Amino acid sequence: MITASFAVGLYMVSLTMSPSRIKLYNWHKWAGMTILTLAALRLYWRLTHRAPSLSASMPRWQAFAAQATHIALYVLFFAVPLTGWMYSSAAGFPVVWFGLIPLPDLVGKDRELAELLKPFHWMTAYALASLVVLHILAVVKHLVMDDDNLLGRMLPSMNGEKS
Amino acid sequence: MNRLNVELKFTAMLLAFAAAIPLTASAQQKLLPAQSEIAFVSKQFGVPVGGKFKKFDAELAFDPKKADAARVSFTVDLLSADIGNNETEAELKKPGWFNSAKVPQATFTSTSVKALGGGKFEFAGKLAIKGISQPVVVPVTLTQNSGVTKAVGSFTLKRLDFKIGDGEWNDVSIVANEVAVNVKLALTGIAPL
Repeated sequence: MITASFAVGLYMVSLTMSPSRIKLYNWHKWAGMTILTLAALRLYWRLTHRAPSLSASMPRWQAFAAQATHIALYVLFFAVPLTGWMYSSAAGFPVVWFGLIPLPDLVGKDRELAELLKPFHWMTAYALASLVVLHILAVVKHLVMDDDNLLGRMLPSMNGEKS
Repeated sequence: MNRLNVELKFTAMLLAFAAAIPLTASAQQKLLPAQSEIAFVSKQFGVPVGGKFKKFDAELAFDPKKADAARVSFTVDLLSADIGNNETEAELKKPGWFNSAKVPQATFTSTSVKALGGGKFEFAGKLAIKGISQPVVVPVTLTQNSGVTKAVGSFTLKRLDFKIGDGEWNDVSIVANEVAVNVKLALTGIAPL
């Protein structure tokens, strides 16, 4: 969903004003609000459940990098949709989730504030996209190069969850 | 300047005679723009998007006790639409929408005014946007306080009746046909209710 939202986001800002652009913007916002909700559920789960420990054979720099990336990912899961929501509010477009549920405006309608917020949304989005790529590359590395069954941690049968 | 004054006075006198309203009453009736507001709300894909017109003016000859004889006309500068968003504002000026470079003003001219009692009135008239004129009825509630009359009214227009959002934009599932117009005016020189 994050990948799709990012792709739609990149595409929609390149369009000139048109009915399909309005549709894409709204779909993008619905996806963003859904990601925000899932991020909250995910964080709640993570805070109430311990992540399975990393293999003791993992080099310390790798364990540290993994930890840092995961924290950054969690921060961005919230930061990207929240900056988008704030920007949308400031630009005078309230978010109506799935076209059904009107969400409150996070900030008042303010032209200058909207321009100020806009770069934060795309900067956090690019950061998140970069970390997703980094995360996937790390997965591939562990799977192909290390063959260390790191992904086994994600399986519930091992009493663990993806961290 | 003098000639203009004479002409204005003459016009005012004619209006006053025609409307059988004392000259002093109609000549002093004025809109206070700073305390007045003409706002609108349209829906984009279910999302309410509001805006305001920053420039508008009114000409009034209105005595609440002689509503039948009232004459009200409005001009709204469509180029002054403020949506709070540069992109949408630029779009709104285009020929498919307001075509405001070509027809910069919307006008409302009352055709009949009815007193409904309790400070409530019904203003029927012609609303012209983009050179297309349509009848509208605007219910208005008046309240008075220390010489200032506040008039509050709203009505809903159908944008496609005025060809606002023509062509690719005529799909009302994207931009709804209904546009709510909310008017709050502060007026001076209106006779007591």
